[in-house]
Amino acid sequence: MSSTENVLSPEYKEAVTNLLFQLADDDFLFSYRGSEWLGLAPHIEEDVASSSISQDSMGHATMYYTLLEDLGLGKADDLAHLRPVQERKNSVLTERVNGEGYYMETPQYDWAYAVVRSYFYTQAKKVKIDSLRQSSYTPLAEAAVKVNMELFYHMLHWKTWFVQLLSSTDEAKKKMNDAIELVMKDFGDVFSYGSAKQAIESNGLIASEEELKDKWKANMAPVFESIGMEVPAIPEAPAANGRNGDHSEDLTEALSTLSEVYRLDPVAIW
Amino acid sequence: MTATVESANQRVYEALMNVKDPEIDTVNIIDLGMVEEVVTEGNNVKIVLLPTFLGCPALEIIKKNTVNAVKELPEIAEVEVEFIFHPPWTSDRISENGHKGLRAFGIAPPPKHFEEDGTWHIDCPYCESTYVTMENIFGPTACRSILYCKSCKNVFEAMKPVSTLM
Repeated sequence: MSSTENVLSPEYKEAVTNLLFQLADDDFLFSYRGSEWLGLAPHIEEDVASSSISQDSMGHATMYYTLLEDLGLGKADDLAHLRPVQERKNSVLTERVNGEGYYMETPQYDWAYAVVRSYFYTQAKKVKIDSLRQSSYTPLAEAAVKVNMELFYHMLHWKTWFVQLLSSTDEAKKKMNDAIELVMKDFGDVFSYGSAKQAIESNGLIASEEELKDKWKANMAPVFESIGMEVPAIPEAPAANGRNGDHSEDLTEALSTLSEVYRLDPVAIW
Repeated sequence: MTATVESANQRVYEALMNVKDPEIDTVNIIDLGMVEEVVTEGNNVKIVLLPTFLGCPALEIIKKNTVNAVKELPEIAEVEVEFIFHPPWTSDRISENGHKGLRAFGIAPPPKHFEEDGTWHIDCPYCESTYVTMENIFGPTACRSILYCKSCKNVFEAMKPVSTLM
């Protein structure tokens, strides 16, 4: 891969790097939040399923960090564990806590929020992956083909939960609608490339923000229609843009927990 | 010279036949379709493997076992193992022999065909009944699903089909 590195222009390399960090950090935080549900999901089969999805997603993050390592950005594990909050490029949506409490003590996590966040995020990821398969950066285009196959099962899973809970009791519907509102508040930076928008889009790395948003809405439309609802609007401008390093306290807390062991001894061989 | 390279390659492949899936000792990584390429250069060999699922925690173990197995060969000095994503591993890469090994372990091999809507069907690996239900598309590992056979009343696992058509 070092030969690839040599032929990329500095501008192109910077754009690829920025996009890869966005993709990597998204899946990293999304799977971390998913992993906090381990042992707490509504039933045992769901525990197996959602932890499996978290494991797959962590694998996707690892792959993106490895592509960054191949570009000479440093060790994949270091990139995942040691970068400070302000350098993180994940969407704010992926860093949000699962609900009140701490999973080691008395977690009062919100399953409706987990379902809505996971479904909306996974659909956004699907739209991006479909576009990345035509990326001008070949290693990323090839990786997207692999991720897409695993994503098929994730989509199926979250869509099933989403439709079933919204076709269920009034209490379930209320919780789901509250969750939709909460998730959409943070959806403004999911399709944003932050300050790298122009560089990422003009280099043919992935489709434009607008195109992806339209695809997301189009893919969601038949599902919402089937339950007599309308696709919620994506906020025009994000309240806080994670792509530019603008994050909440939730991310600080997540990073200190997830990297605690790694920081104890960064040279340990696992 | 060519003959020597060919026979060296062949011995490496023979060694790889002893590298089993860490959890399924009836199937080796060649039959699983994970071995993409073996490149021999003098006394050094590079083995290119395809990960089944990207988040599979067995990959590091497989890598280590591969190095150890090939290092046993007296003519080999350095062994390098690399995982690549392209071509992607798909479940149709599992050989007939691999299917046999999976069944012997009580795991249904992946179906050869998908329905038009992406669904798939497999039979019970124990009694071959087609009267089975899906308990969980996700299973104990990333690559497996959990099913139940209503005929012989056994819970069984199946290799999850993955394809570029998905």
